[in-house]
Formats: sequence, C-alpha cells, structure tokens
Amino acid sequence: MTRLEFMQGNTACAEGALAAGCRFYGGYPITPSTEIAEHMARKMPKIGGVFAQMEDELASIASVIGASWTGARAMTATSGPGFSLMMENIGYAVMTETPCVVVDVQRGGPSTGQPTRASQGDMMQCRFGSHGDMSIIAVSPASVQEMYELTAEAFNLADRYRVPAFVMTDEIIGHMRERIEVPDSVEIVPRRPLEKGALPFAPGEDDVPGFPAFGHGYGVHVTGLTHDDRGYPSSTDPHVHERLVRRLVGKVEGANREIADYEVTNPDAEVVFVSYGAPARSVAQAVRDLDDERVGHLRLKVVWPFPDFALAAFKNARVFLVPELNLGQIEREIARHTAVPVVPISEIGGELHTPQRLIATAEGYL
Amino acid sequence: MNYQDWLRADRLPHIYCAGCGNGTVINCTLNAVNQIGWAPEDTVFVSGIGCSSRAPGYIITDSLHTTHGRAIPFATGVKLSRPDLHVVVFTGDGDLASIGGNHFIHGCRRNIDLTVVCMNNYIYGMTGGQGSPCTPLGAVTTTTPYGCHEPPFDLASLAVAAGANYVSRWTSYHVQELTRAVKAGLETPGFSLIEAVVQCPTGYGRRNKLREAQDMIAWMRDHAVLLKRWKRMEEEGTPHDPTTFPVGEFVRRNLPVTGVPK
Repeated sequence: MTRLEFMQGNTACAEGALAAGCRFYGGYPITPSTEIAEHMARKMPKIGGVFAQMEDELASIASVIGASWTGARAMTATSGPGFSLMMENIGYAVMTETPCVVVDVQRGGPSTGQPTRASQGDMMQCRFGSHGDMSIIAVSPASVQEMYELTAEAFNLADRYRVPAFVMTDEIIGHMRERIEVPDSVEIVPRRPLEKGALPFAPGEDDVPGFPAFGHGYGVHVTGLTHDDRGYPSSTDPHVHERLVRRLVGKVEGANREIADYEVTNPDAEVVFVSYGAPARSVAQAVRDLDDERVGHLRLKVVWPFPDFALAAFKNARVFLVPELNLGQIEREIARHTAVPVVPISEIGGELHTPQRLIATAEGYL
Repeated sequence: MNYQDWLRADRLPHIYCAGCGNGTVINCTLNAVNQIGWAPEDTVFVSGIGCSSRAPGYIITDSLHTTHGRAIPFATGVKLSRPDLHVVVFTGDGDLASIGGNHFIHGCRRNIDLTVVCMNNYIYGMTGGQGSPCTPLGAVTTTTPYGCHEPPFDLASLAVAAGANYVSRWTSYHVQELTRAVKAGLETPGFSLIEAVVQCPTGYGRRNKLREAQDMIAWMRDHAVLLKRWKRMEEEGTPHDPTTFPVGEFVRRNLPVTGVPK
C-alpha cells in the first residue's frame, strides 16, 4: 500500500532518508536546503534519532562521519557555499571508507551568488572538490518523487560501497511541490559488517571491506593518513598508497554498471538530449512536443560514476545536446566518452530551460 | 587490566621525539581510564591532526584520527549517536585553539559529555615548530623569529567561560595531579577540558633556552603556580610574574549537559 501526499521536494528528501533508516542528521542552515534540517529537527526526536544543529558545515559533516562510525545511517544537507566548506572532510570520508549521505540543494554561484535560485554548478565539485584522487557516487532527482526514492537509494549505495553518496539536487526540485506516492517501506541494503578476525581495510572479494562499527569490540583505528590493511598509518610507502587509492577509486568505477540508473527514450534517435535533475523535465516536455523518433533522451538518475556506456545506447546519434544549469560540467564529461559532437545548452541565473528553446535547438540539427 | 594493556603493542615504537611530554600525558590518561575500569570496547579515542593527535593510534580501542581541528565535532557525532560509549579526545594547542577554536567553544557550550585532553606544547610540533595561539609573548618559534608579539589564549579560562563542566590545567611535571584531573574529567558528565602543558625540546625548547627535556620540566615546575595561591595573590594585590601560569582545578560544576544516556 502506498499513500498519496502533496509534498515539497526538500521534505520528500528528508522523508526518504527517514524511511531508509537515517537516524543521525548533523547540519547547518543554508538556503535553499534548510527545510530538510527543519523537517529532521521535527521528526528525529520522535523516532529515537538524533538531530544536531552544528556550529558550521565543517562540524556538520564531521559529526555525520563520527555518527556513521557507530554504525548509524547519517546524513547532512547543504548548498554550494556550505558544500565547499565540507570538502576536506568529504575527502576524509572517502579515505576512511565512511558511508554517509550529503545532500546538495544547488544554488547559483560562485560565492554567495543566488541563494534562492537554482543551479547545477556543483556537479564537478562533488566529483573533484576534495583533494587527491577519488571516486564518489552521486544521484540527481528530477521530481519530488525521486527526491524521496533516490535519497533512500543513496543510503544503500553509500553503505554498499562504503563511500560518501551525494544527492545533487537544486532549488527548483527542492522547493517544488508535487503529488508523490509514499511507499510503506523502502528497500534497505544494510552495511555488511566486518567478519571477526578480518582486517578492517583489506580489499575483500569486491574491493569493499566489511564495516567494523565502533562499540563492537573491533578495536579499529581509523585515520585519514594513507594506511595499510590493518588501518595503521603507512604514509611514506609508495606501494601502500598506490594500492589503497587505486582500490578506493576502483571499487566505485569498477561497479559503474551496477550503480548506473538511467532512462532511454527513442534509442534510434539522431539528435539526443542528455540531462539530469530539473532540466530533464523541460527535455521530457520538448521530446513529447516534438513527437519525432529522430529526437531521443538519455536521462541520468545516477551522474557519478558517469555511465559512459549509456551513450552507446544511441547507435545513430549524430549530436548530444546537453541542457544544464551551468556553463557545461557534465557536458565535458560526455565529450570525454564519445566521438559524436556534444553541444552544451547552458542556462544560468536561476531560470529553467523552456521546452521551446530546447525544441528550437533540436530542430537546428534535424 | 594494567594501563599498559591499553597500548596497541604492535604499533610501538611510537613516532614521538626523545624527551617529548606527550607520552607522559598518554600514560596519565590511560592510567585514569584504567582506574575507572572502563572496558576498551566501550571506549573511543578521537583526535585531530598533529603530534598530540597521533595518540589514539597507539591505543587498542576503536579510534578516529581525523582532520586538523575537527576532533570535537567528530567526537560529538560518535557521542550523540552512541551515548553509552565513553569518548575521549586528544588534541594539541594548535589543533584545539586555532583551526578548531570554534568547535572548542561550541563543544563547551553544548557541554557535550566528552573528555578533552589538550597537550599544550606552545607550538605546532609536527609541522616543525611554528607559533600557535598558545605561544607565550616573546617566545621564539620558526614563524616568530623575533619573538611572539601576540598574547596567547588561556585555554582553561576560555573553557570555563564557554560552559564546560570540568576544567583543569596541569603539566607533564605534575604526573599525579594530572592523572587525578583526567579521572575527574572522565567522571564528570558534560564537557571536560584537561590542559596539560608539555615539554617539546625539539620544536620549542631548543629555540627558547630549554634545550633539554629536563630543562623544560624544571621550568614548568618553577613557573606553575597553584591556582589557590594565584587567586590569593590577586586578592592581596600582588602582581603575577608574567612568566608564571596557574595550575589546578578551574571549575567543577553541574550545568545541563548533552550526549549522556537517557
């Protein structure tokens, strides 16, 4: 049984997290993400969870990582300026293989920019914002329904791969209100515990070690320094570093097909839109209005790791059109993976692409 | 258990310089934890970055060696999520008072049930002896080559003002007092700060006419003034020698706390 509700995107994000078993929220208010914190503040105490309003974003993500090490599903939400402040500790979460979920309700940047206007300007920051080589997972909802579903799924992905998972949404989706179907329960893929006697950072069969939660007698030492399979610092040995960092990147990139989630419309198309998040809504309308099998749509629900193989679903593609709320971030990633011309359709300032603009652009290539 | 049973034997020898005071503080802390009788599996040590922050790596419990200045918010997440665990933070003066200054005062304000042991060696040790917010006026460091011209933080008074339930300052000379202070901090619900002034012959002492470890230990013995006497001097109107500092229990109180089991 599902129930129908009329809900705001940010509320749906918080509800999806709660349904997925999130029991720790550490955050700092920032527009346009604040409703997530406010909803968590109301709900968490009633279900035995913890809401902590920390002193800043650095503390927020730090508290989330600390909570995660007790085995709890833990989350924070922020927007661009706060997201930048979290970057060091996001790298720490990658290095220490700490599952956690970070929601970025993107607004116009750089700097304080446009607090109340939508953007997709942080897509590369979530991928590469912290220092060093790394890989992360990022989902991008295009509706309030998906805010619920993909936030819940982000927890499963974070736990499955022991990596920070990002919900890269934007002000439009965060503040939009839509009717959604709220399920009785969502699928929960629990964190696999470390087998007793196994080494806490040894690769294991799929490069993802079991998780040695605090308070269970593992006696695990967790450090952001380059560490060996025991978790002990070994920061000057090039082989230890290379083996560790290649595994951290490989465990995510190697599971690209398993993690990928996307929709293909008109696979025989010659002119193909590639989109994620809010612009996917305008693309869907444009494709409906054009009603031409020569125009297709690849909609990404998981953006990182980038599903390069999905581009090959369009065998006849002559051009990829990429509408984004930035000056071309995922567009460049697409260009890395195809010989077909890739054309950005940028919209910055907070307005969404109109279907008419997208139709006019597509018609130019037909 | 003996306090030595808390050490992670396969990680020894440690990386501390000969003569470093941090080992004394670790011993005092583990002695205190051991006297209370906590089980290692119920105890978590958390640290930031620097010499002090390597300490958890030598202890057999679950431990988090985190990012510079952020030990307290990491520890806050652990404690709020599992209030039944005992959480001890090792930090240094640079880690706690500079980059971590905001987290420090908010940890005190929340009065979260953590015991924070700060090894104050007056400098950034691991990066090679730069000035910190606790470097005394006039002291020479690699970034204050003409003598430190900024007044230092008084960490203990800061913690009292910000709302901590237990605050003490001792030195690595005062081994018994320091152990008792850590034990009192562990036993007091809420935020406890135990500031331990330690010698750093390598980074601090050799630039400040205290080249040998015992020189600085003797200096601490001679310049530490018991808090009772310190206050009496104030009442009498006797000026303090600016090179001296008070040691003792600054506060032990029962303000409302967070992070304790319900």
